[in-house]
Amino acid sequence: MIEDKPKGLRALLPILYPAVTLVVFFVIPFGIMLAVSFFEREPGGFYTTDFSIDNYGNLFTELFGRVLVFSIFISALCAVICVAVGFPFTYFITRMRRKAQVVWLVILVSVLSLSAVIVAFAWSLLLSQTAGISNLFVWLGLMGKPVSWSPGFWALTAGMCYIAFPYTVLVLYPPLSRLDPHLPEAAQTLGASPVTTFFTVVLGSLRSAIVATLIMVFAFTLGTYLIPQILGRPQHWTLSVLITDEAVYHSNLPLASAMAVFFMVVSLALVGLTMLIGKSRGPAAR
Amino acid sequence: MNRALRQLFLALVLIFLASPIVVVGGVSLNEKKSLYFPPQGFSLNWYVELFTESAWLVPIENSMIIATLSSLAAISIALPLAYFLWRYRVFYARALFMLGIAPFMLPPVITALGFLTFWATVGLYGQMVATIVSHAIFFVTLPLVTISLGFESIDREFIEAAETMGADSKAVFRTVVFPMVRSYMVSGYAFCFVLSLNEYIVAYMVSGFTVETLPIKIFNALRYGYTPVMAAVTIFFVLLAALIFGLIGRFGDLPRLMGALAPESRNA
Repeated sequence: MIEDKPKGLRALLPILYPAVTLVVFFVIPFGIMLAVSFFEREPGGFYTTDFSIDNYGNLFTELFGRVLVFSIFISALCAVICVAVGFPFTYFITRMRRKAQVVWLVILVSVLSLSAVIVAFAWSLLLSQTAGISNLFVWLGLMGKPVSWSPGFWALTAGMCYIAFPYTVLVLYPPLSRLDPHLPEAAQTLGASPVTTFFTVVLGSLRSAIVATLIMVFAFTLGTYLIPQILGRPQHWTLSVLITDEAVYHSNLPLASAMAVFFMVVSLALVGLTMLIGKSRGPAAR
Repeated sequence: MNRALRQLFLALVLIFLASPIVVVGGVSLNEKKSLYFPPQGFSLNWYVELFTESAWLVPIENSMIIATLSSLAAISIALPLAYFLWRYRVFYARALFMLGIAPFMLPPVITALGFLTFWATVGLYGQMVATIVSHAIFFVTLPLVTISLGFESIDREFIEAAETMGADSKAVFRTVVFPMVRSYMVSGYAFCFVLSLNEYIVAYMVSGFTVETLPIKIFNALRYGYTPVMAAVTIFFVLLAALIFGLIGRFGDLPRLMGALAPESRNA
């Protein structure tokens, strides 16, 4: 049944439908978006098909630059926090019994699947004045009266980390569970303490997986759209918010498309970088 | 590492993950229309309102229809593709596989804008069918990866045995292959369903003004102030996700699925 090549046209039938749907509904929309980024805006409508590169020229405004820098900054911050906490956490999980692993994975996948609207809403409640954790601190006598910590920069960071953390763990899970358990054992037999083992053997042999994860999480948080609008102030808006704003509120599809194309180039470069790092991984990581 | 320290660390992570949900759960039980935690009084009225008021029922219904049909469509695309890729190792099948992975790898706003320009050009902007098809393509990655994993888990000797006994490829598919990938299809469907239910930006860009899904409804409602009903919706979502993934964890091979779904190993 397993063959090198399909024989005859009939054998090609099963792939016809997936091929058509993916091309029509994914490749063509992409092509249209790419084309629209070179078109001109039509007030009241979507776009006219006059060719121009003005949209790309109009891209680099002060606002766009500021939003781009902020998006990169907050995503990098969240990626570093998530990997720093997520790496030891994932290491502990992979060393647990299978049943305990499944329970943790169910919790993580459930959190990961939650809509960003819901996560942002939950965090704004947790940081609010009436229901928030500051009430707990008041009760403990650490603070005078309850305060609201949302919206703000740290509320935004917490919300973004909340979404990115399960993702980080799931990205780190395969390389860490593939790590040969004999390696840390050998290090400890030779007299290394568990802490030394963790920092030298475990961290050392997975260095490239960590770098790849940092980039993956960075690209993932770069895509957040809703959280900055609920947990952040307008100066905390990210590129995704700007693109949606341009497309939906200003109905400027050409400019929004040009932004998206630019954003895609940045993201693809990041994914390419991840793949390069993945390829040059040392033998210990397998 | 010190055992107690490790337990403390794990407990802190659990607190971080659980505390927003605990607070929301408490707020959803408030008796009056206020957002206190711990709740003042006790009532389940907000849950009743969620399932009786048409303002919430319509988005719930929309979301359910979209999630059910788009996951079905995603499976219908993923199954033949995964089957073909497993049976024939040809480059164009692999290229299509990469194409199926791509929507999930890019920042969602880009895929969403692609869909928006497409449906605006085709003239179906604002229709529910546009949301359904967009979600099917956006989430096709999940069943594609899980079902491919299912195919790879089939022991080739079973197929050879069936063929030796005289089964043609149709019979082999029906009696050997399909029963073995069925549970992977169910997992793929479940992943797709939950994510479609929670998805915001694609649904919003494609037809957010006419077809209100539950996440869009919540976001719109947030602008007019918070109410305990939103807390009730949140708990509804959390329970649904925990139930579905709990079932996968109980009956499926979650550690293996996670290993395959992680982007790191997909690239390799």
